[in-house]
Amino acid sequence: MAHRFPALTPEQKKELSDIAQRIVANGKGILAADESVGTMGNRLQRIKVENTEENRRQFREILFSVDNSINQSIGGVILFHETLYQKDSQGKLFRNILKEKGIVVGIKLDQGGAPLAGTNKETTIQGLDGLSERCAQYKKDGVDFGKWRAVLRIADQCPSSLAIQENANALARYASICQQNGLVPIVEPEVIPDGDHDLEHCQYVSEKVLAAVYKALNDHHVYLEGTLLKPNMVTAGHACTKKYTPEQVALATVTALHRTVPAAVPGICFLSGGMSEEDATLNLNAINRCPLPKPWKLSFSYGRALQASALAAWGGKAENKKATQEAFMKRALANCQAAQGQYVHTGSSGAAATQSLFTAAYTY
Amino acid sequence: MPHSYPALSVEQKKELSDIALRIVAPGKGILAADESVGSMAKRLSQIGVENTEENRRLYRQVLFSADDRVKKCIGGVIFFHETLYQKDDNGVPFVRTIQDKGILVGIKVDKGVVPLAGTNGETTTQGLDGLLERCAQYKKDGADFAKWRCVLKISDRTPSALAILENANVLARYASICQQNGIVPIVEPEILPDGDHDLKHCQYVTEKVLAAVYKALSDHHVYLEGTLLKPNMVTPGHACPIKYSPEEIAMATVTALRRTVPPAVPGVTFLSGGQSEEEASLNLNAINRCPLPRPWALTFSYGRALQASALNAWRGQRDNAGAATEEFIKRAEMNGLAAQGRYEGSGDGGAAAQSLYVANHAY
Repeated sequence: MAHRFPALTPEQKKELSDIAQRIVANGKGILAADESVGTMGNRLQRIKVENTEENRRQFREILFSVDNSINQSIGGVILFHETLYQKDSQGKLFRNILKEKGIVVGIKLDQGGAPLAGTNKETTIQGLDGLSERCAQYKKDGVDFGKWRAVLRIADQCPSSLAIQENANALARYASICQQNGLVPIVEPEVIPDGDHDLEHCQYVSEKVLAAVYKALNDHHVYLEGTLLKPNMVTAGHACTKKYTPEQVALATVTALHRTVPAAVPGICFLSGGMSEEDATLNLNAINRCPLPKPWKLSFSYGRALQASALAAWGGKAENKKATQEAFMKRALANCQAAQGQYVHTGSSGAAATQSLFTAAYTY
Repeated sequence: MPHSYPALSVEQKKELSDIALRIVAPGKGILAADESVGSMAKRLSQIGVENTEENRRLYRQVLFSADDRVKKCIGGVIFFHETLYQKDDNGVPFVRTIQDKGILVGIKVDKGVVPLAGTNGETTTQGLDGLLERCAQYKKDGADFAKWRCVLKISDRTPSALAILENANVLARYASICQQNGIVPIVEPEILPDGDHDLKHCQYVTEKVLAAVYKALSDHHVYLEGTLLKPNMVTPGHACPIKYSPEEIAMATVTALRRTVPPAVPGVTFLSGGQSEEEASLNLNAINRCPLPRPWALTFSYGRALQASALNAWRGQRDNAGAATEEFIKRAEMNGLAAQGRYEGSGDGGAAAQSLYVANHAY
């Protein structure tokens, strides 16, 4: 390490830092509307709607044409490539509609998983080839942030050190390339909830994964103030028989982040994984009420947890537009409140009931 | 990575975390009085005093006989092995005197630097052999924390990747062993100020070193809440022609820490390196007034910067002991204020300093 060769100028750093902070300002979070064609197929099949480009366009149009007040809860929207170039029924580009609402436009940049030979079905993520040119074009087309999802799983011999190392490295390469092109990289190292492991084990694994991610980001000279993190919350595996409260999930999650995520990172926007809309909101709220110090914004980047009710209300029928938008707005608002620790779960006895479940000096 | 094998029980973690928090309680820092026999030789020769065990005992007595005023500004004292077993003129062990003031006792456990072959004069630090047993004994003898110093230097091709990796690894092994014995490890990866590099270069190197240290600590399953960090402040090299204000040093230092030190670490206790007593206090004060959010305590672990005046006032004369102790207490109190951003300095008031922060300087 003889000399330092600055990766970014002060102006580039400022631009990235400003974008990142705008996305998570004042309790705002992200709508992850970047479902690939295949994934949209899954979603639409459940409401018995055909997976055509027009149907995908229609659903996204309903979401993006909600009242401007959505910009109080949504700071950014992640789009899939196809959607970035789609228009509403008046011929207006979706990305312009969003920008006019003051919402930052993001793009999914990874190109799916590839197997790691010699492992127990582990994967890395593709998409680095030509990424710089793609980023440059997206930036011209109005995009200001990118997203790249790496996947790790807990199982026998998993995640292996190879999987951790390789995914952390790919994330860091992607982040570095984004920043060179004025895009804020959202770094997503998802430890999926499949399995019967308990909360402590997920916490342990999450800590190892995040430590590797931040070492890789440092090695690759990534400017942390111009990034966002999109991690899993720390939860038990889906098949774990033990049940945990939102407060337990919150304490385990914030403890793990505390031990691995430098304070320079402006915001952490959790993925919802397979959580129900309400659980995703309750957990985020508990996280923001957790008594540990939290030097980063703790917000959301939800896909299913923001859209499930909206999809059900829509059912593929134009006449359901208003009901769809209301369902979406309701979840957006709830999560914005949760991102400030102010969500009141209607139907429970209110904040007091949940607050008392914190185990004061619990050492994880 | 199939399973986790907890390195520490819940009770062990709580004990370590409590110790660390007590040392860096608001307004408190550490007196580094752990100079080896060789280092004490240099200090004593500067005031014309012979380097005998008795003189070293008398000198430490000057420091440790400070009155209760130090209780509010000193959270811990680092001892050298010899001193841990020495007593004052009345036969009271130094350890007891310090503990009776509610101050925690620490012990230097490294055994000095050794060369790394094939590098440009770089080193690692030895001391791991039998460390587990030594720590167990020190804990019995009253020590609750320990210190281990690694050294890195900036030059054309240094610090090399090997030096960074090796020193980070040895720090992590030391930390892991300490915690197994209920001792809080102070992790000290010092980047020397020797050289003509500027502030930015020191910041860059500091970030690389600290990132490696925390990755190693994670790999070795060290419980961060039960550790302290003792880094260099980010400063230009001694021979750098550009001069920087305390605010610039503060900004560079806090930025580097924010990018590398997880919030779980309860406290950062800076070393003073070659800084004068006043510089060390002014810089610490500026660090605590820095507008960036700081999730850890930012305080001092000073040797020379707490003792220079006391040493000078003492000059080996028993009659000067009282005056010398007074010098030490004064510096301790000033640094206690600096650790809270309340030190007014011997010159301008705090307000003048505040305005010198460069608002949008991109570090």
